[in-house]
Amino acid sequence: MKILTLVRQVPDAEARVKISGGHVDLEGATLVIDGMDEYGVEEALRLREGGAAVEEIVALAVGPKRVEDALRTALAMGVDRAIHVETDEKLDPIALSRVVTQVAQAEGAGLILVGGQEADWDSQALGAATAERLGWPQLTWTNELKVEGDTLTGRHDVDDGNESFRASLPAVVTTQQGLNEPRYPTLPNIMKAKKKELRKDTLDTYGTAPTVRVVGSEIQTRARLNKMIDGKDPQAAAEQLLELLRNEAKVLA
Amino acid sequence: MILIVAEHSGGQLAKATLEMVTAARESGREGPITLLVLGHGTADVANAAAAVADQVLVADLPALAQYNAELWAAATAQIAQEGEAHTVIIGGSRSGREFAPRVAVKLDAPYLEDAIALRANGAALQAQRYTYLARVTETVEAEAPVIVVTVKPGSFAPAQAAAAAGEQYDVELDLPALRVEVTGKSVEKSSRVALTEADVIVTGGRGVGSPENFSAYVEGLADRIGAGVGATRAVVDAGWRPYAEQVGQTGKTVQPKAYVALGVSGAVQHLSGMGKSKYIVAINKDAEAPIFKVADYGIVGDVNQIVPALIEAARK
Ligand SMILES: Cc1cc2nc3c(=O)[nH]c(=O)nc-3n(C[C@H](O)[C@H](O)[C@H](O)COP(=O)(O)OP(=O)(O)OC[C@H]3O[C@@H](n4cnc5c(N)ncnc54)[C@H](O)[C@@H]3O)c2cc1C
Repeated sequence: MKILTLVRQVPDAEARVKISGGHVDLEGATLVIDGMDEYGVEEALRLREGGAAVEEIVALAVGPKRVEDALRTALAMGVDRAIHVETDEKLDPIALSRVVTQVAQAEGAGLILVGGQEADWDSQALGAATAERLGWPQLTWTNELKVEGDTLTGRHDVDDGNESFRASLPAVVTTQQGLNEPRYPTLPNIMKAKKKELRKDTLDTYGTAPTVRVVGSEIQTRARLNKMIDGKDPQAAAEQLLELLRNEAKVLA
Repeated sequence: MILIVAEHSGGQLAKATLEMVTAARESGREGPITLLVLGHGTADVANAAAAVADQVLVADLPALAQYNAELWAAATAQIAQEGEAHTVIIGGSRSGREFAPRVAVKLDAPYLEDAIALRANGAALQAQRYTYLARVTETVEAEAPVIVVTVKPGSFAPAQAAAAAGEQYDVELDLPALRVEVTGKSVEKSSRVALTEADVIVTGGRGVGSPENFSAYVEGLADRIGAGVGATRAVVDAGWRPYAEQVGQTGKTVQPKAYVALGVSGAVQHLSGMGKSKYIVAINKDAEAPIFKVADYGIVGDVNQIVPALIEAARK
């Protein structure tokens, strides 16, 4: 089985988001692999290390030149090779799933791993849209995964709790926190990764265009009262807080 | 027509469905508002749906007793095509956001995900949504013969009943074979008010110290003031509390009138799930904790001292 893991590059979670000209401006932001995708990269490596018949692990990224860095990280973690579809076009998940689908078909992938929610676009759509295009089942919000032969078993979160599942490959799995603890690339592996293949590709061959237009973005700020109550005298602090909640905020009876 | 896939559970129409009806009414898109009820034993749900919609399409089938992404997507796409829907609205729950992209691909439609506001802009449909872990509000737009939308729970007021009840019709479906087998299920039920419906939420973080303290402080305070109980990921991962109580990026999004965070650091992934609360209260012993940046009322102090005093004071 060949595993395709999708890698997106997003601003570091702690980084400040700024807007210029009505759009999010990433200039100067620290960019990292999307944490949710990192669980997918780690899981692919663990499936192989755990004895599943994994022929090859390929990382795929679609985006501008800088996205290469995220692929280098995946290579240094241990994936075998990487494909970079280089474009400055901002593709929504429905459009992006066209590219992923074609790469998966060309590569003969049997399992696709992708983060459950994007840390930049807050979208959960890419895995499902890709699964639909390929005609494959999908398992979302997975926090436990096992592959034996063609059988996929594991556990994932659903609306009201969680479920254990069984399905046959090929399939799309979306990953999340709790599935594993991603490894840090070691220096020797970072060196080795430099020699691994990182194939460049252009978007034109995939016949896709954005289906959603971003009209504008605004930073969400809500003016907060920021009233600090001295906690040295717990009784007094408690009473003051209740008084504020009852009479100022009017949220308690 | 505007096709809305009804959300329901335990034989009851979910509040989210009423919110979607409001989204449809506010969108300015034309045509009858049609609710699609998928499930088994759904007579009560269909009747409740008829009160708010122009018409209700009912697929009451044993095969639909359990939600499944591929079944729900196939059914929704088929009905959207047969009814020539120009707008398909699906709930922004975990399951809704799981099957909606499949519907969009089947219909070759653009997808506006997790909308908090919706309005027609000429032939296009414009939506607002949160991005960057809910720190940014983005306006997006799509124009196509049919558009698929998911609506973020809690973003629209629940619809009031329409003047006349909508007509109900049974529909026939071509359903695909099931490919994902559910081999076990663990349902997490809380005896308290549901997090997404609660006016006040008390949430505990790792700072409360232990599962015992969580009960004493977080549940103790919540019960005293009639609040729902939330938890951070750190607490859920440590096994102190069920996942159903988790608030944040990978948990629930909540928007209560007051959110009381006890021993919660305020990591961005947590803030993304509760940052839209009307009032935020934080009690933390570290004056530098990021939670204070978003707090309306903050107490720098030890939960072991402040919370018992708070429970005591609330008794008066
Ligand atoms: C992809 C991803 C998704 C995530 N999703 C979520 C999510 O959905 N929800 C979520 O919550 N987190 C999520 N996280 C985790 C998040 O980053 C934080 O690790 C987590 O929220 C921290 O929980 P905490 O505040 O309880 O614990 P900590 O960070 O350990 O903070 C404990 C706080 O308690 C204070 N404290 C300690 N003792 C006391 C005391 N005696 N009295 C008062 N205060 C005290 C400390 O000062 C500290 O601020 C996610 C992370 C990732 C990477």
